[in-house]
Amino acid sequence: MMIKKADEIKGREITEKSTYLNRRQFIAAGAVLGAGLLLPGVFVGEVAGPKIPGVRPSPFGTKEERTPYKDVTGYNNYYEFGTDKEDPAANAGRFRIRPWTVRIDGAVKKSREYDIDQLIKMSPLEERVYRMRCVEGWSMVIPWVGFPLQSLIKAVEPSSQAKYVEFTTLLNPDQMPGQRRRVLDWPYVEGLRLDEAMHPLTLLAVGLYGEVLPNQNGAPLRLVVPWKYGFKGIKGIVRIRFVEHQPVTAWIKAAPNEYGFYSNVNPDVDHPRWSQRKERRIGEFFKRETLMFNGYADQVGHLYAGMDLRKYF
Amino acid sequence: MESSTYRLKAAFFMACLIPLAWLAIQKGFGGLGANPIEKMIRFLGDWSLYLLLGTLALTPMHRLFHLSWPTKIRRMIGLFSFFYVCLHVTGYLAIDQFFDWHEIRRDIIKRPFITVGFVCFLLLIPLAVTSTNKMQRRMRRRWKQLHYFVYPIAIGAVIHFWWMVKKDITRPAFYAMVLALLLGLRIYWALTRIKVGVTETAVHEKAVRRG
Ligand code: HEM
Repeated sequence: MMIKKADEIKGREITEKSTYLNRRQFIAAGAVLGAGLLLPGVFVGEVAGPKIPGVRPSPFGTKEERTPYKDVTGYNNYYEFGTDKEDPAANAGRFRIRPWTVRIDGAVKKSREYDIDQLIKMSPLEERVYRMRCVEGWSMVIPWVGFPLQSLIKAVEPSSQAKYVEFTTLLNPDQMPGQRRRVLDWPYVEGLRLDEAMHPLTLLAVGLYGEVLPNQNGAPLRLVVPWKYGFKGIKGIVRIRFVEHQPVTAWIKAAPNEYGFYSNVNPDVDHPRWSQRKERRIGEFFKRETLMFNGYADQVGHLYAGMDLRKYF
Repeated sequence: MESSTYRLKAAFFMACLIPLAWLAIQKGFGGLGANPIEKMIRFLGDWSLYLLLGTLALTPMHRLFHLSWPTKIRRMIGLFSFFYVCLHVTGYLAIDQFFDWHEIRRDIIKRPFITVGFVCFLLLIPLAVTSTNKMQRRMRRRWKQLHYFVYPIAIGAVIHFWWMVKKDITRPAFYAMVLALLLGLRIYWALTRIKVGVTETAVHEKAVRRG
């Protein structure tokens, strides 16, 4: 008798329930004459996650129309799972997000490893609908579930030497096929100035659309900094380190003239490959003007008072 | 036209329309994903490049495998490449920039990959315009000189792709290799012809001197 593994059964059942797969299935069926349906990996990544209980609505957040779930979870930049936008959804389905620990260290009193579930329980979860602007000139509106990074930072008590916070993604080429090629200098590293990290808008997300974060969106824990370009929102975080000097992020290492540490959304500072004046909101036909600090200038402008944002891009 | 040549051309003509049909079908079924405009422009850019490299592959095929059909469809494939470039550029002008000429001008000046693409596009126009038999006859040797421009255009197209890519250069690097091979063969043939030419002259001169 054949005994199926638990996750195999679950994956299949949920796939059948999903309604939005029709299109993909149709294409796959046409392209490979139905063989596509036999490739579970392609679909598991699109399965809707379980609902997260007890999420409070937050006063922070936009009332703009939300980007459809299938686009938020099907069009991702997560190079650890491939460099095409469809790759993360296709390749992250089997990524294991439990057990998972996050090491908190550096210039901090309570330096230790936290189990992810313990970490999530430390603060109440909120729903926050944020705009997200990618450096490539597209944007989305995403209802995140998470808690302010601020509350975690306060709990672990950084010392006076802590000027910056450095985040690191898991390094595991077995599970993250994109890491087998040196597209970036793995693991992915991002950073914030401490005051940016302490800003009430800065979020550690564990879900979206009221559900557990899909793997392709950075499960189990990711950063969301809505006034910065999307790549600052590091995914699959395993380490949060408090440091004195400005961290060298993965993108700065890759192309220092193209990506700065701050990477604030700024329509007046162009990237050599993309004009940043306009953006295409996913799902919309016409482009819209990009707003300073992605429309969060009133809340975050003071963090950069007196700074030359062309120099500190 | 001989009927076999006619059939050959008709078959390739239809084949060159398949990508466009595919694009239209995908569009109809919403199969272009979350950002269909980007997908379309990139898809058309891809096929511009494939057909351009395809055009450049035909002469080597003719020479290496002693086939006659590749040279018969060379002009058509080249024109189809131009056709896809036109759609690609129109896509950019119409549904990416919505004919915002100020923004387009800025793009051409400020974004290096668009600068290169734009130059390639401009250079392709005279090649397409002079592609008729009549023009070829009228221009004689100048025609050949003009159409040598296809080489720098192909190099420019690969650079356009390379500079567009954010970090993963796998695909442009692959097409750069294909192009290097196609151009390398021509350089090799040109050099060996010159060498043959030189030795022949040398032999001839010796013979004359001995004479
Ligand atoms: C005025 C001229 C041109 C303009 C404005 C232009 C514009 C563009 C744009 C906007 C993209 C997509 C960038 C993105 O999505 O971020 C692109 C990609 C591309 N273009 Fe062009 N282009 C031009 C000429 C050409 C020519 C002459 C060729 C080839 C013969 C070409 C081949 C390509 C290729 C291969 C890509 C990459 C497609 C991919 O990512 O798979 N383009 N171009």
